[in-house]
Amino acid sequence: MRRAALILAPWLALLAGWYGIHYSGLINPALVPTPHEVAKRFVELMRDRLPMDILMSTRRVFLGVLCGIALAVPVGFVLGWYKTIRTFIDPLINFFRALPPIALIPLVIVYFGVDELAKTVILFYASFFAGVIVMYEGISQISPIYVRVARTLGATDGEIFRKVIIPLAVPHMLTALRVALGVAWATLVASELIAAQQGLGALIQNAGSFFQLDIIYVGIICIGFIALLMDLGLRTLARRFVSWQERIA
Amino acid sequence: MSIGPPRIVFDKVSVRFDTPAGGQMHVVDDVSYHIHDREFVSVIGPSGCGKTTMMNIVAGFMQPTAGTVALDGQPISGPGPDRGVIFQEYGVFPWLSVRENIAFGLNLRANRTSPEEREEICQRYMRLMGLSDFADSWPRMLSGGMRQRLALARAYAVKPHFLLMDEPFGALDAQTRTAMQDLLLEVLAAEGKTVMLITHSVEEAVYLSNRIIVMTARPTRIREIIEVPFSYPRREGLHESKEFGELRAHVRGLVMQEYAQQAKQRQS
Ligand SMILES: Nc1ncnc2c1ncn2[C@@H]1O[C@H](COP(=O)(O)OP(=O)(O)OP(=O)(O)O)[C@@H](O)[C@H]1O
Ligand SMILES: [Mg+2]
Repeated sequence: MRRAALILAPWLALLAGWYGIHYSGLINPALVPTPHEVAKRFVELMRDRLPMDILMSTRRVFLGVLCGIALAVPVGFVLGWYKTIRTFIDPLINFFRALPPIALIPLVIVYFGVDELAKTVILFYASFFAGVIVMYEGISQISPIYVRVARTLGATDGEIFRKVIIPLAVPHMLTALRVALGVAWATLVASELIAAQQGLGALIQNAGSFFQLDIIYVGIICIGFIALLMDLGLRTLARRFVSWQERIA
Repeated sequence: MSIGPPRIVFDKVSVRFDTPAGGQMHVVDDVSYHIHDREFVSVIGPSGCGKTTMMNIVAGFMQPTAGTVALDGQPISGPGPDRGVIFQEYGVFPWLSVRENIAFGLNLRANRTSPEEREEICQRYMRLMGLSDFADSWPRMLSGGMRQRLALARAYAVKPHFLLMDEPFGALDAQTRTAMQDLLLEVLAAEGKTVMLITHSVEEAVYLSNRIIVMTARPTRIREIIEVPFSYPRREGLHESKEFGELRAHVRGLVMQEYAQQAKQRQS
């Protein structure tokens, strides 16, 4: 009861603030649609194109993150485990990580065209670099004592990998996945700048050209909530898998 | 316990570490001694003198800069299940429960055991270490002393011939410590092991060992090797005997001198 109230309170405060701004007259009310207008528009759009937009965007994020993490985990692992390789590769990673995905869109169009592949590539790029950093920072902090202990108990290299390194890497994999998902949702609108007809980013783009502020709000709120739900799901998963940890990062 | 031939032989062992400043630190200086089969040797000396370093060489984690450490005539080249190590910082696996930690070694190919036997060994050591009520707890829920006992149980479970113990009882209260010392002596009497024990407790060294090696301040050399004349099995009452007291005073005197020496070096 108390918990529910505590969880709801910041959201209610946000709503109140939103109404406050609308009615305060500080900003032209026409520029700030009220929450109930946005809610009404949401219901309308749900009967129209919104389910398809959500589906397309979620699919793109999923695919991009899946491919990005599938590569980030082994690469991050190698960089974290082998300090010497890391010294040389680290600047390269930081170079590419610093490039905003939007800046790459023209190139991506040239090389990958304007359909699904291009969008997935952008999301892949964003989630790979976010994931790889989390992964190798985590792996490089693993204490070597556990490997030593396993060796003195007679473990072979294979056994050490399966029974010591994998369990220690799993929490970092889950964190990398969470960070990558967050970054991918944040990059979504940019990726859907590439001539997308469907998707939450496209919805926002279109609405922007027609100055339909309420639709823009619907799109933004949808992105926020879907990302939040995915994160919650991942955290539940993490709690199940790495309950040995003090705290789920 | 009857003592056999030399098994671990330190021959003119020196260790230097590179310092971050680009220089070198001389840690172990020309150390030679033997550890015989089924002997209990304690190593005692000022903090930071190089005791763990020497044990790491026997465990196979590092090579000396000069000289050799040989096991049965072969220079030690890596760790192995014949040498169980109890680390100063325990190294309890945080992702495994208490029971799974103890069973870890028994599940490895090197010492695979049947599930029944494994369960029996786990139960036995959990009972002996007072961990039965925590069989399914995560290590983070245990106290420091309990973690240390878990590390002991995990090492004992695979029955290595050599036990390399780096302050294995340091985190224990006085009562538990005595119980763990007696348990160790029982395990040794039953299984006939060879032990290298690093400790800061003179009392413990005198109570447990055949021989005590007192090390000097860094760069560490052998200050004196002391034979402990008491026969096994040793009993709690030994602590009160006159001979025990005299030996303890002698060893304590040496250790105190080395600590004083270390303090003097730091000032200069
Ligand atoms: N890998 C290493 N690299 C550089 N210096 C090291 C390394 N390992 C140990 N040393 C240094 O060697 C010295 C001896 O360390 P060691 O751990 O052997 O001491 P110790 O006798 O076990 O001390 P304590 O009783 O406090 O555990 C210390 O000054 C330590 O800083
Ligand atoms: Mg030490």
